[in-house]
Amino acid sequence: MGLTGFFLITFLIVHCLINSMIFFNDGGETFNHWAHFMGSNLIIRTMEIGLFAFLLLHIFQGLMLWSQNRSARPVRYAVNRPEKNSKWYSRSMGLLGTLILLFLILHLYHFWVPSRMGGIGSIHELEPASLSTYSGQEVHNLYNEMLMVFRENLWVVIVYVLGVFSLFWHLLHGFQSAFQTFGLNHKRYTPLIKGLGVAYSTIICIAFASMPVAMYMNWVS
Amino acid sequence: MALDSKIPHGEMKDKWEDYKGHVKLVNPANKRKLEVIVIGTGLAGASAAASLGEMGYKVKAFCFQDSPRRAHSIAAQGGINAAKNYQNDGDSVFRLFYDTVKGGDYRAREGNVHRLAEVSAAIIDQCVAQGVPFAREYGGLLSNRSFGGTQVQRTFYAAGQTGQQLLLGAYSALERQVALGTVKMYSRHEMLDVVVIDGKARGVIVRDLVSGKLERHFGHAVLLCSGGYGNVFYLSTNAMGSNVTAAWKAHKRGAYFGNPCFTQIHPTCIPVSGDHQSKLTLMSESLRNDGRIWVPKQKGDTRKASDIPENERDYYLERRYPAFGNLVPRDVASRAAKERCDEGYGVGTTKMAVYLDFKDAIMRYGKTEAGKTGHESADDKTIFELGKKVVEEKYGNLFEMYEKITGENPYEMPMRIYPAVHYTMGGLWVDYELQTTVPGLYALGEANFSDHGANRLGASALMQGLADGYFVIPYTLGNYLADEIRTTAISTDHPAFVETEKAVNDRINKLMSIKGKQSVESFHKRLGKIMWDKCGMARNAKGLQSAINEIRNLRNEFWSDVRVPGDINEFNPELDKAGRVADFLELGELMCMDALNRNESCGGHFREESQTEDGEAKRDDANFSYVAAWESKGEGWEMHKEPLTFEIVKPTQRSYK
Amino acid sequence: MEHYHMNLTLKIWRQKNSNAKGNFETYKVSNISSEMSFLELFDVLNEQLIAEGKEPIAFDHDCREGICGACSMYINGEAHGPWSKNTTCQLHMRAFKDGDTIVVEPWRSQAFPVLKDLVVDRSAFDRIIQAGGYISVNTGNAVDANAIPIDKKDADDAFMAAACIGCGACVATCPNGSAMLFVGAKISQLALLPQGEPERETRALNMIAQMDKEGFGNCTNVYACEAECPKGISVANIARMNREYLSAGLNADTK
Repeated sequence: MGLTGFFLITFLIVHCLINSMIFFNDGGETFNHWAHFMGSNLIIRTMEIGLFAFLLLHIFQGLMLWSQNRSARPVRYAVNRPEKNSKWYSRSMGLLGTLILLFLILHLYHFWVPSRMGGIGSIHELEPASLSTYSGQEVHNLYNEMLMVFRENLWVVIVYVLGVFSLFWHLLHGFQSAFQTFGLNHKRYTPLIKGLGVAYSTIICIAFASMPVAMYMNWVS
Repeated sequence: MALDSKIPHGEMKDKWEDYKGHVKLVNPANKRKLEVIVIGTGLAGASAAASLGEMGYKVKAFCFQDSPRRAHSIAAQGGINAAKNYQNDGDSVFRLFYDTVKGGDYRAREGNVHRLAEVSAAIIDQCVAQGVPFAREYGGLLSNRSFGGTQVQRTFYAAGQTGQQLLLGAYSALERQVALGTVKMYSRHEMLDVVVIDGKARGVIVRDLVSGKLERHFGHAVLLCSGGYGNVFYLSTNAMGSNVTAAWKAHKRGAYFGNPCFTQIHPTCIPVSGDHQSKLTLMSESLRNDGRIWVPKQKGDTRKASDIPENERDYYLERRYPAFGNLVPRDVASRAAKERCDEGYGVGTTKMAVYLDFKDAIMRYGKTEAGKTGHESADDKTIFELGKKVVEEKYGNLFEMYEKITGENPYEMPMRIYPAVHYTMGGLWVDYELQTTVPGLYALGEANFSDHGANRLGASALMQGLADGYFVIPYTLGNYLADEIRTTAISTDHPAFVETEKAVNDRINKLMSIKGKQSVESFHKRLGKIMWDKCGMARNAKGLQSAINEIRNLRNEFWSDVRVPGDINEFNPELDKAGRVADFLELGELMCMDALNRNESCGGHFREESQTEDGEAKRDDANFSYVAAWESKGEGWEMHKEPLTFEIVKPTQRSYK
Repeated sequence: MEHYHMNLTLKIWRQKNSNAKGNFETYKVSNISSEMSFLELFDVLNEQLIAEGKEPIAFDHDCREGICGACSMYINGEAHGPWSKNTTCQLHMRAFKDGDTIVVEPWRSQAFPVLKDLVVDRSAFDRIIQAGGYISVNTGNAVDANAIPIDKKDADDAFMAAACIGCGACVATCPNGSAMLFVGAKISQLALLPQGEPERETRALNMIAQMDKEGFGNCTNVYACEAECPKGISVANIARMNREYLSAGLNADTK
C-alpha cells in the first residue's frame, strides 16, 4: 500500500504541475506543449503503463486489506466510539478511495480516453491545435477539451471538486501513513513528515480543485 | 517425623558450593524421560519451568490465569535486591545475608538465606541477558536504589514495574521452551489435588476452568510455585485470583505448613474507601525514599494537610527511628502507623490513614535542578515545578495510579496511606532442597516458608522467587530425580489417580449441591474481617481464641448455606472461588492457632502480650527460636518444631533507632 | 473530590459459551458509589444476580491494579472505557453520573473468540511470543549484567515498549482488528537491546508470520491502538517493526 501510494503521490505532483500550466492563461499553449510531451514521449508512455499497474495494484491491495480486515472482526461492536481515538479519514480510506475511483473513471473518460484513443470507434477525437513552439507540429488541444468539459457544466465542476476533496482526505492520511509503513517514525522527523503531508495534500488539492472552478468562472480562457 | 532441614555441613559460605559439587546428576538421556509438573507461572514457576525445560526435562506447567504472563508477580513494583555492590557502598553477599536474617527477625534459616544472597547477583545477569530493561544511568550501566531495612543501594528496578519486567523475562523464557516442545503449558487450569503414590508425589488433579472437566497428570516430581495466601484476609494487595488451594491440598496430603501466622502487612497502601472495596493497592516502598510520613500532632485534627503548619506535624518514624527514619522495615513502619491511628491521630474520612508527603522531596529536587541550570534565585513555584518533574520521572506511574484510584493529586496534597496485607512469609515447610515433607513435592517462591523469617525486606520477594526457580531447583531437583530414573511413567489409570480425582469430584459436587442462600463472596468477606481484626497487625490470645471459634462456625455455615450458581462442566468463576474460599476457611484457623502458639512478637507477628516498654516487638528466643511446622491430622493439626540455630548472625533485639 | 452515589442501567453482553449465540441483557443497579472501581460495580451486580438466583457475569480480572492485563471490557464504545491510559480495573465510577446507561461488550476479534460473557481467549498472543518474543539465553549462560553498557535512551525506549501488559485493547480498538502494536512493542524492545541482536531478523519474520496466521487484521496506521493503550505504547514501535521486517525480508535467504 505504502509503495504504490508513494508512486501515486509522485505522479500527482507531476500531474498537478503540468495542469497548473493552464494558469499561465496563454490560451493553453504551454499546457498543450507539455501535455503533448507527456502523451508522446516513449519513456513517459512506458511509465504510464506502470502507473496504471500501480493504480490497479493499489486498488487491489486496498480491496485485500478491506476484506482481510473485515474478517478480522466478524462480530462488530454494538456501540463503538472510534471518534474518541482516531481520525475519521484514517478509518475511511476505503470509502475515500472508492469515491476517488468513481471520480477517476469520469476523469479518464473526459480526458485520457479521447486524448489517447480518440478516433477509435465512436470515441470522439480531440481537435488539433497548432503550436508555434513545437515546430508547427500539430498536437491535441487538450486545453480546449478542458474548457469544453468545465465551462458549461456546473455538475461536472462540482463532481470534480468533490473528487478532489476525497483525494485531499485520502492524502492527508496516506502521505504520513506511507512513511510509517516504511518504518519511518522518528521523534524529530515525524512531525516534519506530518506537516509536509498536510502541506502537500492541501496544495495539491487546492491546485486541482481550482482548475475546473477557474475555467467555469472564466478566470482562464 | 523428625524434620530434617538437610542444611549441608561446613562453613556457611561454602555450603552451597559444596552442595552443588556433590549433588547427584541426571544424564541428558534420562532427563528426557523424567516428567516434572510445575504449578503456577509467576517468577518462581516460570523460571523453574523454563530452566528445567532447558535442561531437558519434560515439563508440564499450569496456571489458573488465561496466560502465564498474568501471574501476580507482575504487580511487584519497587525492585529486586542483589549483592552486586555496583555502587561501591560496601555491599556484599555477607551483608545481604545479614540484612535478610536480621530483617526477618531471626526466624529464617541461615543456610537458605546465605544461598539466596549468593545467587542474587546471577539473577540480575540472567535477567539482563533476557532483555529485561532495568533502569540505567547515562553511562549505560545499571542504576540502583535503596529500600527499607538496609543502608546500601542494592535494589535494581525498572521504574515502578520491576515485577512486570522480571516476570515477562521469565515468561519469555518459558514460552521459548513451549515453542521448543520441552514445556507443555496449560493455562486456565487449576490444580485441585496432589496424587501421592507410595508416599511420593506422582501427579496432580487439575480442573480445566473453561470446560470444567477434571484432568489427571503424572509427574516424577511436582513443583508448587503457587504464591502466597494473603487473600485469606479478603482485602489484600494480592490479585483477586491469588489463593492457597494448591499449597493447601498439598498440606492435606502430608506436606507440613511452616509458620502460617507470619504475614507481612505493607505500610504504604491506599486506604480502604468503603464497603465495596474488593482489593487494596500498594504504593511501592520505594516511595519512602523520598516521601515523609506524618500525622498531625493534634488528635482528631480535621484541617487540610496543607493547612497544618510544619511544627504541628509529627514525623513519627523520623522521631522514633532516627537512624533509619522513613526507611525502617515494613513491619516496624506498619505498626507505627497503626499505633498513631489507634491513638486517634489518623487522617482522612475514616481516620485510618497517615500522610506520605512529597513536598520536601519535590522542593529539594527542585533546588538541585535550579542550581544545575543556574537559577538559584528562582521562586518557590518554579522550584516546585522543576522538582515535580524529577519526582514524576521517578514515581510518575505510581502517582498516576494513586490519582486514578482516589481522585486526588498527590503532587499537590500528600498521599493518604495505611498498611495492608501484602505477603505471607509462612508457607509449605521445605528443606534446603526446597522439598516439602512429601518426597517429590517441592515448594518454590512465596509458596514456601524458608527465606524471609518473620518479616520480608522490600525487593526480596522477586529475588527469592527467581533464585528458587533459576538457580536452586535445577540443582536440588536432580538430587531427587537421579534416583527416579528407573520409575517409568505411571499410568493415570492407577488407583491413586482414580481415587484422588473422585475425592476432588465429590467435593465439587458437594459445593454445588448445598444451594444455600449466601454467596461465596460474603463468606470470604466475613472470614477476612475476622482475620484482620484478630490475626492482623496486632494479635492477642483472647482474640485469637475467639477467632478460631468464629472461623469454625463460619466454615460450618459455609458448608451448609453457600450458594454456588451455574454448572460444574462449564466456565464457572463462582465455583472456582468457592473451592478457594473453602480452603481459606481452613487455613485461617491454622493461622490463628499458629499465632496463638507463638507467644512472642517477631517481625510481622506482633503479640500484644510480648512488647517492650516503648511498644517495640519483643522476641522470645529462649522459647520460640523455631519453625512451627504443622502437620494436618484429619480435623486438626499437630505441630512439629524445627529448631533454628544461628552460627553467624547472632540474634539481638532488632534496632532501627 | 466530591463523593456521590448513582443509579445506572447496564447493558451487558451475555454469552453462555463460545458456541452459543450471545445477546445483550439489561440490568439496573442502584446506590453505586463514585469511589468504586468499575469492576467493583460488577462485583455488586454479580452479588445481586446471585441473590436473585441468576448466573453472575463472567469477566477476566486479576490484579485490579492495572498491570496484569487480564481485564478487558469494551465500555460505551471504548476499550477499557472513557479514561485514557487506563485499564478497566482502574476505571472508577467517578467517570459516570447518575442515570447513565453503560454498554459493556467483550473484545471483538476473530483471533479472540469469546469463551463466556465478557471473557475472551487471548492465547494467540502467547503463540506470537512463542514464535520469537524472547532472547535465547539458557539459565546460567549470562555474562555480568554491566558487561554490556546500553545507551540510556535505548534502554528507556526498550522499557517503554516492554511496558505492554498484553491486554489486547489495541486489537479490540483497531478498526482492522490488527495486533501490530502488541507485536511491534515486543519486537522493538528486543531490537533496541544489544542482547536481542543475534535473533533480530528471524524474530521479526517469525513473529509477524505467526501474527498473520492467527487471523489478526492489517495495520492501516489509524493509530487508535496508541490512543487506547493503557500503557501508552507508541506507534513508533510499529514503524520500528516495519523497518525490522523490511530489512529482515531483504536479508533473508530464499525460503
